[in-house]
Amino acid sequence: MDPLEAIKATFFQECEELLADLETGLLAMEGGDSDPETVNAVFRAVHSVKGGAGAFGLEGLVRFAHVFETTLDGVRNGSLDPEPGLVAVMLRAADRLADHVSAAKAGTALAEAGDEPLVAALQTFCGEAASAGHDEAEPDFDFAPMAVSLGGDESSFTPMPVSDLGVLDVAEPVAAPAADGGWIIEFRPHPNLYRNANDALYLIRELARLGPVEAVLHDEAVPNLDAFDPAASYLGWTLLLDAAVSEDQVRGVFEFVDGDCDLTLRAVGSLSRPEETDAADEERAEAVAPVGEIAAEAPSEADPAILGADPSMPSLESLLAMAHGLAEETAPAGSGDAEVSDGEAGHDAPPSAPIPTSATVARAEPRERSAPGAASAAAPPFPAGGEALVQTTIRVDLERVDRLIDLVGELVINQAMLAQQVHEAGIVRSGNIALGLDDLEQLTREIQDSVMAIRAQPVKSVFQRMPRLVREVAGMTGKVVRLVTEGEATEVDKTVIERLSDPLTHMIRNAIDHGLEGPDAREAAGKPREGVIRLSAQHRSGRIVIEVADDGRGIDRARVKAIAVERGLIEADATLTDEEVDNLIFAPGFSTASEVSDISGRGVGMDVVKRSIQALGGRITITSVPGAGSTFSLSLPLTLAVLDGMVVTVGAQTLVVPITVIVETLRPKAADIRGLGPQGAVLAVRGSHVPLIDVGEALGFAPDPEGGAGVTLLVESELGGLAALRVDAILGQRQVVIKSLEQNYDQVLGIGAATILGDGRVALILDVDAVIALRRQTSARPLPLAQAS
Amino acid sequence: MSAATVADPRELIAFRIGEQEFCVDIRAVREIRGWAPATPLPQSPAYVKGVINLRGTVLPILDLGARLGFGPTTPSARHVIIVARIGMKTVGLLVEAVSDILTVSSETIQQTPDIACDTVRAFVRGVIAQEDGMISLIALDGLLPDSVAEAA
Repeated sequence: MDPLEAIKATFFQECEELLADLETGLLAMEGGDSDPETVNAVFRAVHSVKGGAGAFGLEGLVRFAHVFETTLDGVRNGSLDPEPGLVAVMLRAADRLADHVSAAKAGTALAEAGDEPLVAALQTFCGEAASAGHDEAEPDFDFAPMAVSLGGDESSFTPMPVSDLGVLDVAEPVAAPAADGGWIIEFRPHPNLYRNANDALYLIRELARLGPVEAVLHDEAVPNLDAFDPAASYLGWTLLLDAAVSEDQVRGVFEFVDGDCDLTLRAVGSLSRPEETDAADEERAEAVAPVGEIAAEAPSEADPAILGADPSMPSLESLLAMAHGLAEETAPAGSGDAEVSDGEAGHDAPPSAPIPTSATVARAEPRERSAPGAASAAAPPFPAGGEALVQTTIRVDLERVDRLIDLVGELVINQAMLAQQVHEAGIVRSGNIALGLDDLEQLTREIQDSVMAIRAQPVKSVFQRMPRLVREVAGMTGKVVRLVTEGEATEVDKTVIERLSDPLTHMIRNAIDHGLEGPDAREAAGKPREGVIRLSAQHRSGRIVIEVADDGRGIDRARVKAIAVERGLIEADATLTDEEVDNLIFAPGFSTASEVSDISGRGVGMDVVKRSIQALGGRITITSVPGAGSTFSLSLPLTLAVLDGMVVTVGAQTLVVPITVIVETLRPKAADIRGLGPQGAVLAVRGSHVPLIDVGEALGFAPDPEGGAGVTLLVESELGGLAALRVDAILGQRQVVIKSLEQNYDQVLGIGAATILGDGRVALILDVDAVIALRRQTSARPLPLAQAS
Repeated sequence: MSAATVADPRELIAFRIGEQEFCVDIRAVREIRGWAPATPLPQSPAYVKGVINLRGTVLPILDLGARLGFGPTTPSARHVIIVARIGMKTVGLLVEAVSDILTVSSETIQQTPDIACDTVRAFVRGVIAQEDGMISLIALDGLLPDSVAEAA
C-alpha cells in the first residue's frame, strides 16, 4: 500500500541481483581473473547497492558499503593488488554486505560492531585508509552543536550542507543523546507538506518504526463543510513515542517535511516500560481521550514553537504526567500502528493522501503480503474499505506474460510462413483461403499488440522514485532543487522500465551534483535560488524519449577538455567540436567531481549510463548551453520484443537493419563512390562525403558476384555521424520478433540479435554501430591482401 | 556436466563421423532432427555452421566433425542434427546418421588411452569396446567455444 515500501521492495530485488553479481565477480577474481571489466562489475555492484541504500536512509549499510567501495576503487585504479588475501577479505565483506541487506529488508539494522573486523581488514589493505578515517574523525566536531539543541527550535534542523554522507552516518548513533523515556512530538503539517506529496500517515508510520507510538489527533481546526478548503491542512497530532532513541532519529523521520510543518520535540523523562498486555480497546480509547483534551486545551498548542521553547509550562507537565499514565496502560507493541491507521481512515484521508489508483493498489498490496516482515508490521493494511472490493486489475506472474509473448511471436512467424506458402502454391489472391489468411494476419497483429500492451507500464513507477532521490541529493549538496516531472503516464515495456531506473538515478544525481549551482552562485548569476530538474517522457516516432534537463551552469567545456587531456582521453592539441567535447563526459573513467563523494561517486556515472542505455537499444544525447543548463535525452525502443526492420540481402544472406537508424536509402551512381586510401571508400551525398561500408565485407560474407553497385542505406551512427552501408538489395520492411542469440550461443560482433522470417529461416539483425566500429578496426590493421602483394 | 553423474546402466546414442564411431549420453539429448540449411554467423569459429530455427528458438549448429578435427562436413540430406543440452545452452550437433542406442554399465567405459592428441584429450571422456570396434564417449561440455562455455 505504501508506495515507498513498493519501491523499497524493488530495491531489495535489485540488491539480490547485484549481490549475486558481486559474488560471481569476486569468485572470478579469486580464480585469477584480473580483467578490468570484472573488477568494474564488482565495483559497480557495491556502488549500486550503496546508492540505493543511501536513498532509503539505510545508514549502516551505506557506511559499510562505502568502506568496501573505497577498497574496490583501489583495486580498480590499480593502487591495490587483488591478491588472494584481499579477495578473501572482500568475499567476507560481500557476505557481510548481504547480511546488511537482509537485515535492512527485515526492517532492522546490524550492529556496527560486527562490521569492525572487516572494516579494519579492508582498511589495512587500503593502507592509509584515508576516506574511512575521515568518516570517523569528523563527526564529533560537526555534530556537537546538534546534540545540544535538544527540544530546540526549528532552525537547528535545516538540512546541513554535508558533502560526505559518512559524517552524518557515523555521528547519529554516537553523538546524539537518547531520551530514555521517549518523546512527545507535536506535529502540525502545513498545506505545503501535502502539496509536496508527503503524507502525515507515512511519517507517523515511519516514526512507529522507532518504537510504539500513541497518536492523538487534533481535529478542532476542521471547519464546517461550507468553509472546508480541500487543499488546506486542518489536522495536527500529538505523538507519544515510547522508545529510547536520539533526537536526531526522531528528527530524521521528519527530515523531508522540514519547513512544511510545525514540529516540536519534548523528551519524556524516564518512562517505566509497561508490560505487554492485551489491553482492551475501550481502555485505550479512554486513556487516549483525556490526552487529546489536555493537548487541545493547552494554550500553546496553536504555537508549538513556544511549547518547545519553554519547558516549564504547566500544561505541558500535565501532558507529561498524562503520558506516563497512558504508557502504563497500553500495550506498546503495535498499538501505535492501530491508532495511526484508524486516525487516518477516520479523518485524515481526504485532505492528505492522493487516492491511490486501483492499479497501484493492486500492484502494491500483494507485494506487501508476499513480504510479511517489516513492511506489514510497520504499515498495516488499510481497514477494508471501498477500494478492496472494486478490483479491476489482477496480478499475474510475469513469467506467464512472457510465455504468452513468446507464443504470440511464434504465431506471428507461423502466420507469415503460412502466407508465404500459400503464395508460393499459387493460390489466387481473391480466393477464400487468401481472404482467410488476411483475416488471420490482422487478428495476429491485434493479438500481438494487445499482448505487448500487457507488459507496457507507465514510466511513473520509475519517476516516482526520483523526488526522494532529489531531496536526498539536494540535502547532501546543500542545493535547493525542485523536480518537475512530465509525461508520467507514458507507457513503455516493463523490461525497459526496469532497466531505466539505474541510468535515471545516475543522471539525476549528476544533474544536481554537477549541473546545478549552489543557491548563492545561482543568485549571483541572476537565476532563482531554486534549481529545476525537469524529468519528462513522451512518445516520439515509435520510441520513448526521456529527457533529464537542468537549468544549471551547463557543461564547462574548457574544464571537460582539460580533464579529458589530464586523463589521457584526448591529445592536448586535439580540436574538438562543442558536441564532441560534451560527449567526452560519457567516456569511461571520466568524472568532473574533484572530490570523491557519496553522491555521484567516482566516475562510474555517465559511461555506465551510456552503456546501459545502449544495451537497451537506445541512444543518449546531450545538449548544453553554457550558463543555461544541460539536457540529456534518452531515446529508447518501446519494447524489446519486436522491432521494425528493413529486410536486405547481402551475398546469399538475408539481414534485418533496424529501421530507426536508417535515414534514407540510396542507389548511388558509380561516380559517387570515391576511394579514400587503399581500402577505404566514401560516398558523395549531396556534396558531403560519408564513409561507405560494405556490410558483406565487414561481416566476412562471400560477396555476391552479381551484386553490382547494390543499394546503400544512409544510417545514423551512435555519435550522430552518418555512414553509408552497402547491401545488395532491399527486400522490404516488416516488423520482426527479436530472438536472442545469447540464449544458446553468444554475442556476435556486428549482430544485435536474430529473428525468424516468413520462410522459417533465421535472419540476423544488424547492430549498425558495431558494424561501423568493426569496419574501423579492420581498416586500421593491414589486410592480408596487402601483405600478399 | 550432466553426463558425468553416475547412473547405471547408461544409455548412449552412437553416431558416425567419417570412419569412427562416437557416442553421447542420451540424457543430454533433447531430439534428433534432419539437416536444414543454417544461417551462417559472422565472426565465429569454422566449426560453428550457423543458426537454425528450432520451433522459434535460435539454435546454433556445431559441426562435430570439424570440432573434433576431422575437417569440415558438407551437410547433405542424410546428415542429422542431435539437439543436446550443454549446461544452460541448447545446441545442435551436426553428425552423419545416428547408428545405434547402446546400454552400457559404467565399468565398461574405459579411460581414454593416453595419446598425445589435444583434441582427443579435450573431447573424449572414455572409450567403449565393441565386438566390431570401439566407440568414443564425447564430453559435451568442452564443445562450445570458450566464451560461450563460460556463460553456460
